[in-house]
Amino acid sequence: MSKLTIADKEFDSRLILGSARFPDPDTMRRSLKVSGTEIVTVALRRANLDRDDSEDILSYLDQDDYFILPNTAGCYTAKEAVLTAQMAREALGTNWVKLEVIGDDETLFPDVPELLKAAEQLIMEDFVVLPYANDDPITCKKLADMGCAAVMPLGAPIGSGMGIRNPYNLQIIREQVEVPVIVDAGVGTASDAAIAMELGMDAVLMNSAISQAKHPVKMAEAMKLAIDAGRLAYESGRMTRRLYAKASSPVEGKMEVTGANE
Amino acid sequence: MKLHVNGDTVDTNAETVQELLRQFDVEGNGKGTAIAVNDSVVPKENWNEYQLNEEDRIEIIRATQGG
Repeated sequence: MSKLTIADKEFDSRLILGSARFPDPDTMRRSLKVSGTEIVTVALRRANLDRDDSEDILSYLDQDDYFILPNTAGCYTAKEAVLTAQMAREALGTNWVKLEVIGDDETLFPDVPELLKAAEQLIMEDFVVLPYANDDPITCKKLADMGCAAVMPLGAPIGSGMGIRNPYNLQIIREQVEVPVIVDAGVGTASDAAIAMELGMDAVLMNSAISQAKHPVKMAEAMKLAIDAGRLAYESGRMTRRLYAKASSPVEGKMEVTGANE
Repeated sequence: MKLHVNGDTVDTNAETVQELLRQFDVEGNGKGTAIAVNDSVVPKENWNEYQLNEEDRIEIIRATQGG
Protein backbone atom coordinates (compact mmCIF):
# COMPACT_ATOMS: atom_id res chain seq x y z
CA MET A 1 0.00 0.00 0.00
CA SER A 2 1.40 3.38 -0.94
CA LYS A 3 2.33 5.94 1.70
CA LEU A 4 0.55 9.21 2.43
CA THR A 5 2.57 12.36 1.81
CA ILE A 6 1.39 15.70 3.16
CA ALA A 7 3.67 18.68 2.52
CA ASP A 8 7.15 17.24 3.17
CA LYS A 9 6.08 14.47 5.56
CA GLU A 10 5.43 10.83 4.82
CA PHE A 11 2.99 8.69 6.81
CA ASP A 12 2.26 4.96 6.72
CA SER A 13 -1.24 5.31 8.15
CA ARG A 14 -4.04 6.96 6.25
CA LEU A 15 -6.13 7.38 9.37
CA ILE A 16 -5.98 10.65 11.31
CA LEU A 17 -7.66 10.76 14.71
CA GLY A 18 -9.07 13.38 17.01
CA SER A 19 -8.42 13.12 20.73
CA ALA A 20 -11.76 14.44 22.01
CA ARG A 21 -14.64 12.92 23.96
CA PHE A 22 -13.10 9.58 24.85
CA PRO A 23 -14.54 8.08 28.03
CA ASP A 24 -11.13 8.37 29.72
CA PRO A 25 -7.47 9.00 28.79
CA ASP A 26 -6.56 5.32 28.98
CA THR A 27 -9.23 4.40 26.43
CA MET A 28 -8.00 7.21 24.22
CA ARG A 29 -4.43 5.97 24.37
CA ARG A 30 -5.37 2.37 23.63
CA SER A 31 -7.67 3.41 20.79
CA LEU A 32 -5.02 5.56 19.17
CA LYS A 33 -2.49 2.77 19.43
CA VAL A 34 -4.75 0.10 17.96
CA SER A 35 -5.83 2.41 15.12
CA GLY A 36 -2.25 2.69 13.88
CA THR A 37 -2.69 6.44 13.43
CA GLU A 38 0.37 8.67 13.34
CA ILE A 39 -1.37 12.06 13.39
CA VAL A 40 -3.59 13.17 16.28
CA THR A 41 -5.50 16.45 16.48
CA VAL A 42 -5.80 18.66 19.56
CA ALA A 43 -7.70 21.85 20.34
CA LEU A 44 -6.56 25.01 22.13
CA ARG A 45 -8.63 26.29 25.01
CA ARG A 46 -8.30 28.71 27.89
CA ALA A 47 -6.24 27.20 30.69
CA ASN A 48 -8.24 26.57 33.83
CA LEU A 49 -6.58 28.94 36.29
CA ASP A 50 -8.62 27.97 39.36
CA ARG A 51 -7.34 24.45 39.61
CA ASP A 52 -4.83 22.18 38.04
CA ASP A 53 -6.22 20.64 34.86
CA SER A 54 -6.62 17.06 35.91
CA GLU A 55 -5.35 15.10 32.91
CA ASP A 56 -2.79 16.52 30.58
CA ILE A 57 -3.55 14.64 27.37
CA LEU A 58 -0.70 16.37 25.59
CA SER A 59 1.88 14.59 27.72
CA TYR A 60 0.35 11.23 26.74
CA LEU A 61 0.40 12.12 23.05
CA ASP A 62 3.99 13.29 23.38
CA GLN A 63 5.07 10.15 25.21
CA ASP A 64 3.46 7.98 22.56
CA ASP A 65 5.25 9.95 19.85
CA TYR A 66 2.31 11.11 17.71
CA PHE A 67 2.55 13.93 15.22
CA ILE A 68 0.33 16.53 16.87
CA LEU A 69 -1.98 18.56 14.64
CA PRO A 70 -3.61 21.53 16.40
CA ASN A 71 -7.02 22.68 15.19
CA THR A 72 -8.85 25.98 15.24
CA ALA A 73 -12.16 24.42 16.25
CA GLY A 74 -14.70 26.86 17.58
CA CYS A 75 -13.47 29.82 15.51
CA TYR A 76 -16.11 31.78 13.60
CA THR A 77 -13.93 34.41 11.94
CA ALA A 78 -10.66 34.49 10.04
CA LYS A 79 -9.22 36.75 12.71
CA GLU A 80 -9.97 34.28 15.52
CA ALA A 81 -8.67 31.35 13.49
CA VAL A 82 -5.42 33.09 12.58
CA LEU A 83 -4.71 34.05 16.20
CA THR A 84 -5.55 30.50 17.33
CA ALA A 85 -3.14 29.06 14.76
CA GLN A 86 -0.43 31.46 15.93
CA MET A 87 -1.08 30.44 19.54
CA ALA A 88 -0.89 26.78 18.52
CA ARG A 89 2.43 27.34 16.82
CA GLU A 90 3.75 28.96 19.97
CA ALA A 91 2.30 26.33 22.32
CA LEU A 92 3.27 23.25 20.33
CA GLY A 93 6.16 24.33 18.16
CA THR A 94 4.46 23.24 14.93
CA ASN A 95 3.49 25.30 11.93
CA TRP A 96 0.90 22.73 10.87
CA VAL A 97 -2.72 23.59 11.49
CA LYS A 98 -6.09 21.99 10.86
CA LEU A 99 -7.95 25.14 9.89
CA GLU A 100 -11.60 25.26 10.91
CA VAL A 101 -13.70 28.38 10.51
CA ILE A 102 -17.31 27.52 11.12
CA GLY A 103 -20.46 29.33 10.09
CA ASP A 104 -22.87 28.37 12.85
CA ASP A 105 -22.95 26.10 15.84
CA GLU A 106 -25.87 23.94 14.76
CA THR A 107 -24.48 22.63 11.47
CA LEU A 108 -20.79 23.41 12.07
CA PHE A 109 -20.51 23.89 8.32
CA PRO A 110 -17.51 25.96 7.24
CA ASP A 111 -17.86 29.69 6.61
CA VAL A 112 -16.24 29.72 3.19
CA PRO A 113 -15.31 33.42 2.78
CA GLU A 114 -13.73 33.49 6.25
CA LEU A 115 -12.03 30.13 5.64
CA LEU A 116 -10.43 31.38 2.41
CA LYS A 117 -9.31 34.58 4.09
CA ALA A 118 -7.76 32.73 7.04
CA ALA A 119 -6.06 30.16 4.79
CA GLU A 120 -4.50 32.87 2.66
CA GLN A 121 -3.12 34.72 5.65
CA LEU A 122 -1.74 31.60 7.34
CA ILE A 123 -0.04 30.48 4.14
CA MET A 124 1.63 33.90 3.94
CA GLU A 125 2.85 33.31 7.50
CA ASP A 126 4.42 29.99 6.46
CA PHE A 127 1.86 27.67 8.01
CA VAL A 128 1.15 24.22 6.60
CA VAL A 129 -2.60 24.62 6.27
CA LEU A 130 -5.05 21.70 6.22
CA PRO A 131 -8.49 23.28 5.86
CA TYR A 132 -11.76 21.66 6.87
CA ALA A 133 -13.98 22.52 3.91
CA ASN A 134 -17.38 21.89 2.38
CA ASP A 135 -17.66 19.06 -0.12
CA ASP A 136 -17.56 21.74 -2.80
CA PRO A 137 -15.06 21.27 -5.63
CA ILE A 138 -14.72 25.01 -6.28
CA THR A 139 -13.89 25.86 -2.66
CA CYS A 140 -11.45 22.97 -2.47
CA LYS A 141 -9.81 24.00 -5.75
CA LYS A 142 -9.37 27.55 -4.48
CA LEU A 143 -7.83 26.30 -1.23
CA ALA A 144 -5.45 23.99 -3.08
CA ASP A 145 -4.50 26.67 -5.62
CA MET A 146 -3.61 29.17 -2.91
CA GLY A 147 -1.18 26.67 -1.39
CA CYS A 148 -2.96 24.56 1.23
CA ALA A 149 -1.04 21.34 1.90
CA ALA A 150 -4.24 19.26 1.67
CA VAL A 151 -7.97 19.84 1.46
CA MET A 152 -10.33 18.25 3.95
CA PRO A 153 -13.90 18.16 2.67
CA LEU A 154 -16.55 16.89 5.06
CA GLY A 155 -18.32 13.58 4.51
CA ALA A 156 -21.25 14.76 6.62
CA PRO A 157 -21.61 17.28 9.47
CA ILE A 158 -19.11 17.03 12.34
CA GLY A 159 -20.19 14.49 14.93
CA SER A 160 -23.22 13.37 12.87
CA GLY A 161 -21.96 9.92 11.92
CA MET A 162 -24.04 10.16 8.74
CA GLY A 163 -21.34 8.77 6.48
CA ILE A 164 -20.32 9.88 3.01
CA ARG A 165 -23.30 11.93 1.85
CA ASN A 166 -21.89 13.20 -1.42
CA PRO A 167 -19.50 10.66 -2.92
CA TYR A 168 -19.70 12.20 -6.40
CA ASN A 169 -18.50 15.60 -5.23
CA LEU A 170 -15.66 13.98 -3.32
CA GLN A 171 -14.66 12.16 -6.48
CA ILE A 172 -14.70 15.42 -8.45
CA ILE A 173 -12.60 17.09 -5.76
CA ARG A 174 -10.09 14.23 -5.93
CA GLU A 175 -9.81 14.72 -9.68
CA GLN A 176 -9.58 18.52 -9.51
CA VAL A 177 -6.80 19.06 -6.98
CA GLU A 178 -3.19 17.89 -6.81
CA VAL A 179 -2.84 17.89 -3.02
CA PRO A 180 -4.09 15.10 -0.72
CA VAL A 181 -7.86 14.98 -0.15
CA ILE A 182 -8.73 13.99 3.39
CA VAL A 183 -12.34 13.31 4.37
CA ASP A 184 -12.85 15.16 7.63
CA ALA A 185 -16.01 14.55 9.61
CA GLY A 186 -19.12 12.48 9.07
CA VAL A 187 -17.77 8.94 9.22
CA GLY A 188 -19.92 6.84 11.55
CA THR A 189 -18.75 3.28 11.06
CA ALA A 190 -16.17 1.18 9.25
CA SER A 191 -17.98 0.94 5.91
CA ASP A 192 -18.10 4.76 5.69
CA ALA A 193 -14.33 4.89 6.00
CA ALA A 194 -13.91 2.13 3.43
CA ILE A 195 -16.20 3.97 0.98
CA ALA A 196 -14.17 7.15 1.36
CA MET A 197 -10.96 5.28 0.65
CA GLU A 198 -12.45 3.37 -2.29
CA LEU A 199 -13.39 6.73 -3.80
CA GLY A 200 -9.69 7.53 -3.87
CA MET A 201 -9.51 9.81 -0.87
CA ASP A 202 -6.00 9.97 0.50
CA ALA A 203 -6.93 9.74 4.16
CA VAL A 204 -9.80 10.04 6.62
CA LEU A 205 -9.87 12.16 9.76
CA MET A 206 -12.32 11.02 12.42
CA ASN A 207 -13.01 11.36 16.11
CA SER A 208 -16.55 10.69 17.33
CA ALA A 209 -16.94 7.49 15.28
CA ILE A 210 -14.35 5.96 17.59
CA SER A 211 -14.68 7.93 20.84
CA GLN A 212 -18.48 7.63 20.88
CA ALA A 213 -18.61 3.94 19.95
CA LYS A 214 -19.71 1.64 22.75
CA HIS A 215 -16.28 0.01 22.55
CA PRO A 216 -13.84 2.61 21.24
CA VAL A 217 -10.77 0.36 21.15
CA LYS A 218 -12.58 -2.23 19.04
CA MET A 219 -13.92 0.45 16.72
CA ALA A 220 -10.42 1.85 16.37
CA GLU A 221 -9.30 -1.53 15.08
CA ALA A 222 -12.31 -1.74 12.76
CA MET A 223 -11.41 1.66 11.32
CA LYS A 224 -7.81 0.67 10.76
CA LEU A 225 -8.93 -2.40 8.84
CA ALA A 226 -11.53 -0.43 6.88
CA ILE A 227 -9.04 2.26 5.87
CA ASP A 228 -6.52 -0.35 4.77
CA ALA A 229 -9.13 -2.43 2.95
CA GLY A 230 -10.61 0.61 1.20
CA ARG A 231 -7.22 1.89 0.12
CA LEU A 232 -6.08 -1.51 -1.14
CA ALA A 233 -9.32 -1.88 -3.09
CA TYR A 234 -8.82 1.56 -4.61
CA GLU A 235 -5.24 0.79 -5.60
CA SER A 236 -6.38 -2.57 -7.02
CA GLY A 237 -8.73 -0.92 -9.51
CA ARG A 238 -12.16 -2.41 -9.12
CA MET A 239 -13.89 -4.53 -11.78
CA THR A 240 -16.31 -2.89 -14.19
CA ARG A 241 -19.94 -2.88 -13.16
CA ARG A 242 -22.37 -4.61 -15.53
CA LEU A 243 -26.11 -4.89 -15.49
CA TYR A 244 -26.25 -8.60 -16.47
CA ALA A 245 -24.49 -11.64 -15.14
CA LYS A 246 -21.26 -12.98 -16.54
CA ALA A 247 -20.39 -16.50 -15.53
CA SER A 248 -17.23 -16.85 -13.51
CA SER A 249 -16.67 -20.52 -14.38
CA PRO A 250 -15.57 -21.33 -17.94
CA VAL A 251 -18.37 -22.09 -20.42
CA GLU A 252 -16.16 -24.30 -22.63
CA GLY A 253 -15.70 -27.95 -21.84
CA LYS A 254 -18.96 -28.38 -20.04
CA MET A 255 -20.05 -32.03 -20.02
CA GLU A 256 -23.10 -33.11 -21.91
CA VAL A 257 -25.92 -34.91 -20.20
CA THR A 258 -28.25 -36.92 -22.36
CA GLY A 259 -31.80 -35.67 -22.31
CA ALA A 260 -30.95 -32.42 -20.53
CA ASN A 261 -32.53 -30.41 -23.35
CA GLU A 262 -35.66 -32.52 -23.76
CA MET B 1 -3.32 46.90 38.38
CA LYS B 2 -6.44 45.58 36.75
CA LEU B 3 -6.11 42.98 33.97
CA HIS B 4 -8.55 40.80 32.06
CA VAL B 5 -7.25 37.25 32.18
CA ASN B 6 -9.16 34.58 30.26
CA GLY B 7 -12.28 36.71 30.46
CA ASP B 8 -12.06 37.40 34.21
CA THR B 9 -11.08 40.72 35.73
CA VAL B 10 -8.04 40.23 37.96
CA ASP B 11 -6.32 42.58 40.37
CA THR B 12 -2.62 41.84 40.43
CA ASN B 13 0.83 43.10 41.35
CA ALA B 14 2.38 41.18 38.48
CA GLU B 15 4.22 43.46 36.10
CA THR B 16 5.37 40.99 33.49
CA VAL B 17 3.78 38.02 31.74
CA GLN B 18 6.13 35.70 33.62
CA GLU B 19 5.07 37.09 36.99
CA LEU B 20 1.41 36.75 36.08
CA LEU B 21 1.91 33.12 35.08
CA ARG B 22 3.70 32.42 38.34
CA GLN B 23 0.78 33.92 40.22
CA PHE B 24 -1.56 31.47 38.49
CA ASP B 25 0.84 28.56 38.91
CA VAL B 26 1.14 28.05 35.17
CA GLU B 27 4.42 26.37 34.35
CA GLY B 28 6.81 28.78 32.69
CA ASN B 29 8.43 26.23 30.41
CA GLY B 30 5.24 24.28 29.80
CA LYS B 31 4.89 22.86 26.35
CA GLY B 32 1.30 23.25 25.28
CA THR B 33 0.82 26.73 26.75
CA ALA B 34 0.67 30.02 24.84
CA ILE B 35 -0.07 33.61 25.80
CA ALA B 36 -1.66 36.45 23.89
CA VAL B 37 -1.86 40.03 25.13
CA ASN B 38 -4.44 42.19 23.39
CA ASP B 39 -4.78 39.64 20.54
CA SER B 40 -1.05 39.33 19.86
CA VAL B 41 0.99 36.26 20.71
CA VAL B 42 3.79 36.86 23.20
CA PRO B 43 6.57 34.34 22.44
CA LYS B 44 7.91 32.34 25.41
CA GLU B 45 11.32 33.98 25.19
CA ASN B 46 9.69 37.37 25.86
CA TRP B 47 7.56 36.34 28.85
CA ASN B 48 10.23 37.51 31.27
CA GLU B 49 10.48 41.08 30.11
CA TYR B 50 7.04 41.67 28.58
CA GLN B 51 5.50 44.55 30.60
CA LEU B 52 1.78 44.42 31.30
CA ASN B 53 -0.38 47.53 31.31
CA GLU B 54 -3.62 48.46 33.02
CA GLU B 55 -6.68 46.91 31.30
CA ASP B 56 -4.60 44.52 29.13
CA ARG B 57 -6.57 41.54 27.84
CA ILE B 58 -4.60 38.35 28.38
CA GLU B 59 -5.37 34.91 27.05
CA ILE B 60 -3.61 31.92 28.56
CA ILE B 61 -4.37 28.87 26.44
CA ARG B 62 -3.43 25.22 26.54
CA ALA B 63 -3.55 22.34 24.14
CA THR B 64 -6.34 20.00 25.08
CA GLN B 65 -8.44 17.21 23.60
CA GLY B 66 -9.93 18.12 20.24
CA GLY B 67 -11.20 16.64 17.00
